[in-house]
Amino acid sequence: MRAILHLAWHSLAHRRGTVLLTLLSIAFSTLLLLGVERLRTEVREGFAGTIAGTDLIIGARTGQIQLLLYSVFHLGDATNNIRWESFEAVAKQRQVAWAVPISLGDSHRGYRVVGTTPAYFEHYHFGHDQTLGFVSGGPFQQLYDAVIGAEVAEKLGYRLGDRLIVAHGTGNVSLKQHDDKPFQVAGILAPTGTPVDRSVLVSLEAIEAIHIGWTPELRRPDDLKPRAITAMLVGLKSRAAAFQMQRFVNDYSDEPLLAVLPGVALAELWKFTAVAEGALRLIAGFVVLVGLIGMMTAILTGLEARRREMAVLRAVGAQPLHLFALLLTEAIAVTGAGLAAGLALLYAAVAVAGPQLTARFGLHLSLRPPTQSEWLLLALVFGAGLLLAVVPAIRAYRQALADGLIPKL
Amino acid sequence: MNSAASAVQLEEVVFRWPRARQPSLAIEQLTIKRGERLFVRGPSGSGKSTLLGIIGGVNQPQQGRVEVLGQDLRDLGTAARDRFRADHIGFIFQLFNLIPYLTVRENVLLPLRFSRRRAGLLGGRGQAEALRLLAHLGLETMSERIATDLSVGQQQRVACARALLGAPELIIADEPTSALDADARGAFIDLLLAECAAAGSTLLFVSHDGGLANHFDRQIDLCQLNGCPT
Repeated sequence: MRAILHLAWHSLAHRRGTVLLTLLSIAFSTLLLLGVERLRTEVREGFAGTIAGTDLIIGARTGQIQLLLYSVFHLGDATNNIRWESFEAVAKQRQVAWAVPISLGDSHRGYRVVGTTPAYFEHYHFGHDQTLGFVSGGPFQQLYDAVIGAEVAEKLGYRLGDRLIVAHGTGNVSLKQHDDKPFQVAGILAPTGTPVDRSVLVSLEAIEAIHIGWTPELRRPDDLKPRAITAMLVGLKSRAAAFQMQRFVNDYSDEPLLAVLPGVALAELWKFTAVAEGALRLIAGFVVLVGLIGMMTAILTGLEARRREMAVLRAVGAQPLHLFALLLTEAIAVTGAGLAAGLALLYAAVAVAGPQLTARFGLHLSLRPPTQSEWLLLALVFGAGLLLAVVPAIRAYRQALADGLIPKL
Repeated sequence: MNSAASAVQLEEVVFRWPRARQPSLAIEQLTIKRGERLFVRGPSGSGKSTLLGIIGGVNQPQQGRVEVLGQDLRDLGTAARDRFRADHIGFIFQLFNLIPYLTVRENVLLPLRFSRRRAGLLGGRGQAEALRLLAHLGLETMSERIATDLSVGQQQRVACARALLGAPELIIADEPTSALDADARGAFIDLLLAECAAAGSTLLFVSHDGGLANHFDRQIDLCQLNGCPT
């Protein structure tokens, strides 16, 4: 066997140009396959981590995916609001441990403005049950206090005490600016990798105030009691009450409401995206297959040119099985090195593109070791490579038998 | 095995290639004595390759008895015949004798990787012996060159060194000189004969060029020996 390893090594080193190309095609296809897989799991983990610790999301009656997307991920807009009375009715239920209102619809220079209560900072959890932390300042206390997410602070260069204007609507350029209501930055949140980083958080009263055009001279602050909110996050005293509570909300007679369990809604969402994911994985899988078939073709084409070499090896005593092993060893080495290079490329890509992805999409690609499913994928590719390499190896074996010592060229 | 008087003994051998209608080789009787230097004259198509394949244990005749160095090849399985070839026979071919991706020295050492017997006989002196043979053949400066860098004549001498390494009992040379010019041809044959004599090896030299026959102890004509019309 040492003879075979020795020969395989020198043979590959001798043809390093073409071998390197084959290796690279396997490496890049592996990168694609693992990249798709990693992105997929990170997206799922990221989404799941955005609503840690919330038992129910309640909003106006709509699709459960839609509610989940607009309330937590700030994707799309709510079709309807819910009345403040409904919020209070749900919040005072016996099983409810806490309830946090969310009022959306305004923006600040392209970032969502979220109207809520200070309870938000206590009960909103993300990642593995982490709570929101402040880099500086604290929750809003004055009417026009604003708490800004990490990305807002960084991109817009805001510091504590800076003034900002909230615009109605969610576009970057909005028609109507509430420029008579300058907010003041009261707190800056630590990065979370969730949409919170791209949010400007203010009190519900503040939202109300800018909409009714309140100034201290006109009306009393009592009128700032919120009338409607977009959605609410609810934590229960016991998880077991979730279905009961969900039924209560869905059957609520005063207003059509919808309560979703975040896990269930997410599962629904993944069912929805599974087709696209499946297509991506399939494409990546085919790219790998093309890479491996390329390798097989290269070996097969090379085999004709190597008939003399095989005959010489036979003459010095190699068995046909040795030649089979030689070709298989070469293919295994190329596939193995290709996989290793693909893995290295993946980590290089994560290291280089990771911060960009975090900044733009809130996706955290961590430099963690391959997961079990990634190892499985690597093993699958290796197995496929091995299987394809058997084809030229068998050809070499049979050629060796037919050619004997003098190949008939 | 060493006590056998003959190096090669063929009796009533008939060989037919798979899917061929007619046998391509039929030899009633051929004996090559130990230490003999035999010239086999045979143009292409005379069954030359077949004969060498049979003696080398690569091709198995459908009929007859093939004995090499006292060993009946019919008694050996395919893997054992390959090992037997590695242990006892050195081959030199017409062209492209060398593995293109190995250095000259590694090419010469190749038989030792497949034959424990030849490696064992040399003990730890394999490298030294390879270099000694190369030096003897005037290739001492070439040992670390890649095989394909060499001229055809040089390549043939490397093949000669490889065949002789570990002093196998039988050397089979198949048209080793046909790619060489006339001057080199004579020199190569003299060298080969001298090395075979030094190693005590039997030499079976096959060529279509009858003019080379006078270098050898005995010559036979394969066309007459082979009972098959070719």
